[in-house]
Parts: sequence; structure tokens; C-alpha cells
Amino acid sequence: MNIVVLVKQVPDSGSERGLAGDNTVERQSANNVINEMDEYAIEEALRIQAAEGGEVTILTMGPERAAESIRKALSMGPDKAVHVIDDALHGSCALSTSKVLAAALGTLNPDLVIAGAESTDGRVQVMPHMIAERLGIAALTGARKLTVDGGTLTIERQTEEGYEVVTAATPAVVSVWDTINEPRYPSFKGIMAAKKKPVQTLALADLGIEAGEVGFAGASSEVVEHAKRPPRQGGQKVADDGNGGAALVEFLSSEKFV
Amino acid sequence: MTIDRVLPTEEAGDLLDLATELADNELAPKAADYEARREFPRELVRTLGRAGLLGLPYPEEVGGAGQPYEVYLQVLEILASRWLVAAEAVSVHTLSCYPVSTAGSEQLRKLLPDMVGGELLGAYCLSEPQGGSDAAALTTRAVRDGDAYVITGTKAWITHAHDADYFNVFARTGGPGPGGISCLLVDANTPGIVPQAPERTMGLHASPISQIAFDGVRVPADRLVGEEGAGFSLAMRALDSGRLGIAACAVGLAQAALDHAVGYAREREQFGSPIIDFQGLGFMLADMATQVSAARALTLAAARLRDHGRPYAVEAAKAKLFATDMAMKVTTDAVQVLGGYGYVADHPVERYMREAKVLQIVEGTNQIQRMVISRSLAKA
Ligand SMILES: Cc1cc2nc3c(=O)[nH]c(=O)nc-3n(C[C@H](O)[C@H](O)[C@H](O)COP(=O)(O)OP(=O)(O)OC[C@H]3O[C@@H](n4cnc5c(N)ncnc54)[C@H](O)[C@@H]3O)c2cc1C
Ligand SMILES: Cc1cc2nc3c(=O)[nH]c(=O)nc-3n(C[C@H](O)[C@H](O)[C@H](O)COP(=O)(O)OP(=O)(O)OC[C@H]3O[C@@H](n4cnc5c(N)ncnc54)[C@H](O)[C@@H]3O)c2cc1C
Repeated sequence: MNIVVLVKQVPDSGSERGLAGDNTVERQSANNVINEMDEYAIEEALRIQAAEGGEVTILTMGPERAAESIRKALSMGPDKAVHVIDDALHGSCALSTSKVLAAALGTLNPDLVIAGAESTDGRVQVMPHMIAERLGIAALTGARKLTVDGGTLTIERQTEEGYEVVTAATPAVVSVWDTINEPRYPSFKGIMAAKKKPVQTLALADLGIEAGEVGFAGASSEVVEHAKRPPRQGGQKVADDGNGGAALVEFLSSEKFV
Repeated sequence: MTIDRVLPTEEAGDLLDLATELADNELAPKAADYEARREFPRELVRTLGRAGLLGLPYPEEVGGAGQPYEVYLQVLEILASRWLVAAEAVSVHTLSCYPVSTAGSEQLRKLLPDMVGGELLGAYCLSEPQGGSDAAALTTRAVRDGDAYVITGTKAWITHAHDADYFNVFARTGGPGPGGISCLLVDANTPGIVPQAPERTMGLHASPISQIAFDGVRVPADRLVGEEGAGFSLAMRALDSGRLGIAACAVGLAQAALDHAVGYAREREQFGSPIIDFQGLGFMLADMATQVSAARALTLAAARLRDHGRPYAVEAAKAKLFATDMAMKVTTDAVQVLGGYGYVADHPVERYMREAKVLQIVEGTNQIQRMVISRSLAKA
């Protein structure tokens, strides 16, 4: 089975993050890592490869520095990578990102595309759907479990109440949550091997996309301004002078919690 | 504290990054729980093995990582700075691969990939209840019977006694003295091997040790490692390397104690200022930091001799002696820096202090190290 995993480099959600002067995510100075959910996507791909054979390819769109995350991803075990890199991509919206990724996937002919369910920087949760739409293939999104049976894919789609069972034929896009597996650590041998694995870089011209269709120039929407989330309110302290229970109930009912 | 390290290769840097990631994510957060339960972290050690950390100094042809001791020891140090038990497990396991790797027959060497590959866990059975320092006087016997040896006797203080998949057993096949001792590689599930109840140790609670009774254990003769009678010199050579591992563990442990003490001393205020600003305490921390750096440098200097094929046994003894005495002093001082808070289990420094003690005892007590060093001076 020919599997492509979508891997995005994002600023570490555990450290200080911000936006640059042009209202795009600050990536230059950030401590960049693989989008956490994408590690689960890689793990799932490697498990399927172990059972079904075939090849696992990493696909990333991102600036020069994203190459570090590609090496890291390869050290877990995938065979090769494609890095779409072009200065004109800066400022791309979700729509144009999906156009670029879909075009790159077109050159790879995957049976299965696995993505994270969301990135920790953009958090729009739409990339898998948009890509599937552009490629005209099924989207099985938000999986907590994935089974492959020949050309049939079945997922347990995680919902608020429980899960739904959804099935589709390959080729398809599957997006996964962090409940699906436990990603492996790279091994020292894996890290060494990753240095020698092929990483193909593609520019927009290689994909037949004009610079004006993507980046700031082609963005379907624009971030005009942004503000920091306001600090949390202090909350209300209930002192127990013998009537603490009653005071708690009163507070909860006044806020309509009970 | 991040330590500025000069490394021989770029790949060594990648390896240390991997070790740090594993130590931070898998070891540090779990140490206290395992210690409290007195449970050996078998699965975590397997995770280290799958990452390739259980056979670092062995050649790539047999599944190792082909790393120089200089690099392997810095990995150990990083692991020890998060959890001594994990580092000690790696060190003892690495030691347990030494005899087969250097003296094993063609056939025994076929087992090496599984040993250094990290799926299997090894142990090293030299000490006995009546004798640790005087290992050449050991009494466990291995008697040839047809195509097998039959082992009878009791080994003591064995790390991984209950968790190992194989044992290096040093037993007497010949007459008294060092020349009568041989080494056998024994599968842990061989009938007649009976690990006893775990010892109630002062520290290293998550690494239970116990006596092992060998009650007529039949081992195929082809499990003999090296020649009959060559076991003692093999054991001593393995320990020369093992001592470097213990020294690195001591450096990591002391670094952890220092870091904790410094962090605390910067926060804790008395008489209106952080206690680190009182010269009496700041100088104490300065001495601790200097001792840790000195021990690291001494340990790595001995490792580089080994890596360059020079004699290193005496320098390894010095490193083990200095680094473990240093760790005892630094961990004790770390408790002092925390005052009453240092004496309770809410902070890890009391555990560090209990753990440091054992490093002065294992793989040759520090008296034995001094003996090795002074003998070399007498001969010179
Ligand atoms: C401040 C801010 C402003 C924004 N403004 C706009 C705007 O004005 N208009 C607009 O349309 N969008 C806007 N975005 C969204 C931004 O363009 C998207 O974040 C981006 O296109 C990718 O979407 P995502 O990471 O949120 O995808 P998600 O759908 O959350 O990601 C799901 C998965 O898709 C894959 N994936 C996503 N991106 C890549 C990639 N580059 N390479 C490889 N795999 C990938 C990964 O597997 C990921 O786990 C904004 C985002 C931010 C943070
Ligand atoms: C936690 C732990 C794990 C261990 N793991 C292992 C293991 O995996 N495998 C294994 O084989 N052993 C193991 N040991 C055993 C350890 O190596 C011995 O305890 C050590 O070698 C000392 O031997 P002993 O306890 O018999 O002390 P003894 O040899 O009885 O020594 C008692 C005291 O006498 C001193 N002494 C002895 N001879 C001399 C001398 N000539 N000059 C001056 N002083 C001397 C010693 O330094 C010591 O202070 C372990 C021990 C511990 C505590």
C-alpha cells in the first residue's frame, strides 16, 4: 500500500508562541516541532506498512526550517519525503494550502493519505476534507481507530457522544486523533538512516501552480488584527463558616450550573 | 543545567538529543512512582533498548551502535541525571554483553544481536555471600558432566536477578585461585535457578537485587565463554569497563543533585534574600559544581584512553573512585542546601543521597579501587 502522511511543522505549543508583524504565525524564531497529531499519523502509517507492505512517504509544505521536522519524521521509519518549499507560499490560507498539498499528492499516487485531525497552530481542522474534495476521493476524518482490509478502510470516528463507524474504498484521506495509537520513539539507527533517505523538494512551478494563486497574493481571507486572549478572571472564593455547602449550591444555581 | 559538551561526531550529538528526549519524557516523570512501588521498570528499559541505547559501545555488525566509550558514557550520564536506576540498568546490561562480545565462540556470538539489540536483559553474577571484594575466592562450582556443566552454589547481590533473560555466571571449574574460574552464559529459564527474595536496600528501590541459588543447573558445554580458567581475567576486564559506567552514573546523579540544589537556593529566601546570595551557601554550591565538572573530565579522559586502545584500567579505577566519592559528597551537600526540606521525600535529594552510597560499593568498593591504584604506583 502506497501511503502518504501529511506532516506540518508547527511552533511548540508548550513554549511561547506569537504572530509576526504581517499577522502570520511566527516561525522564524519559534521552537519548531512536528505537529503532535501528525506523529500519530506517522505511527499509524508505519503499522499499516508493517502489516500490508508498501511505502510510506512524508509530505510537508513549509519553509526551509521544516526540513528538520522532515528528518525527525523520517527517523521514525518512513521511506522518503517530499518537501514543497517556495517563498511565494508565505501567507497562504487554508484553501491555497490544500491546493498545493493536493497537487503534490497528485504526483505521488497514494492509496491512502493520513493526516493529523488538526494542527496546533492553525487549528482549522479542514485540511483533510479540503484535500479529499480536491482529489475527488473519500475523507474519513477524526479517527480513533483505523482498519485496513484490502482496499476497504474502516474507521471509528470519534464524536462527543461516542463513535461512528465509517467505511470507504481506497484511495482516501484519513485524519487521526491522538487516541489512535502510541507513537514510537525514533531509534539511534533510525536517526542515522534518516540522514540518507531521499527528500525531494518541489517548488510551485513543479506543481503547475502560479505564485499569484497562493500566499498573501492568493489568500481568500486576510487577518486584519489580533489580540491576546484576556487573562482568566479570578473566580469566586467560598469560605466555609458552617454554611459552605449552602453557599456552594447557591453559587452553582445562580450560575445555572445546576 | 545544559552542559556544553565537545563531542567527537555530529551523530553523537543526535544520540545525546535522543537520550535526553527519552530521559525527560519516559524516565524523569515515572521514577518516583516506580521507586515507591519498588518495581523494576522492565518496559521502560525495553523502550531504551528499542531506541538502541542498550548496546551503544558494541560493533554495528552485531547490532550495536559502534559508539566510543566517550559518547556512551555521556548517554549514561544523561540517563542517570533523570533516574539512576535506568542508567544502572543500561550499565549492568552493557557489562553483561562484554564477555561474549570479547571472548565468545562463533556460536555464542550469534546471540549478540539479541543481547545488544535490547530485547533481552542481562545480569552479571560474580559476587557471593561470603565474598565480594575477594572475587578470586568464589566457591560456586561448575562441574563438567558429559556435554554439559552442572552449576551449584549461591551468587549474591545480583542486579536484575528477577528480570534478566540471561546470566553471566562466574564459577569454579578448576582448582583454587583466579586460574580455576570460568565464565558461562546461562539462560534465565534453565531449571534449578532460584532467585531469592529481594534484599531490602537503602536505595535503588526500583532495581531489586537478590541472591540466586544455582541448584544443579545443567548448562550445555558450548555455553562456556572463552577458555576454561579464563573467567577471572574476563571478569576483571569487564569490570574495568563497567567502572567507567559507574563513574558516569555518579556524574549524572551528582549533576541532578546540584541542579536541584541550585534551583532551590535561588528561590528560597531567608533573612530577606535568596539563600544562594549568602556566601557560605553560594561557595558550597560553587564547590559542588567544580567537583562535578572535575569528575566528568576525569571520567571522559579515562574513556578516551580506552577508545584509543591504550591501557586504561588504572585511570578507570581513579575515575570510579573520584566520581563516586564526589557524588556522595555532592548529594549530601544538596540535602544540606535544602535544610529540612532536603531530609523529606517531597524533594528528590534524600533519594539521591541514598543512591550515591551504593556507587561507592559496587563494581569494586572504593577501597578496592585504591588498592588497584596504589599497586600500580608500587610497580611503577
Ligand atoms: C493567525 C492565523 C490566521 C489565519 N488566517 C487565515 C485566513 O485568513 N484565511 C484562511 O483561509 N486561513 C487562515 N489561517 C489558516 C492557515 O492558513 C492554516 O492554518 C493552514 O493553511 C493549514 O491549516 P491547518 O494547519 O490549520 O490545518 P488543519 O486542518 O488543522 O491540519 C490538519 C492536518 O493537515 C495536515 N497539514 C496542514 N498543513 C499542512 C502543511 N503545510 N503541510 C503538510 N501537512 C499539513 C497535517 O497533517 C495536519 O495535522 C490562519 C491561521 C492562523 C493561525
Ligand atoms: C545494589 C547492589 C548491586 C550489586 N550488583 C551486583 C551484581 O549485579 N553482580 C555482582 O556480582 N555483584 C553485585 N553487587 C555486589 C558488590 O559488587 C559487592 O557488594 C562489592 O564488591 C563488595 O563486596 P562485599 O559486599 O562482599 O564486601 P566485602 O568484600 O566483604 O567488603 C567489606 C569491606 O571491606 C573492605 N575491603 C575488602 N577487602 C579489602 C582490602 N583488601 N583492603 C581494604 N579494604 C578492603 C571493602 O572495601 C568493604 O568496605 C551489588 C551490590 C549492591 C549493593
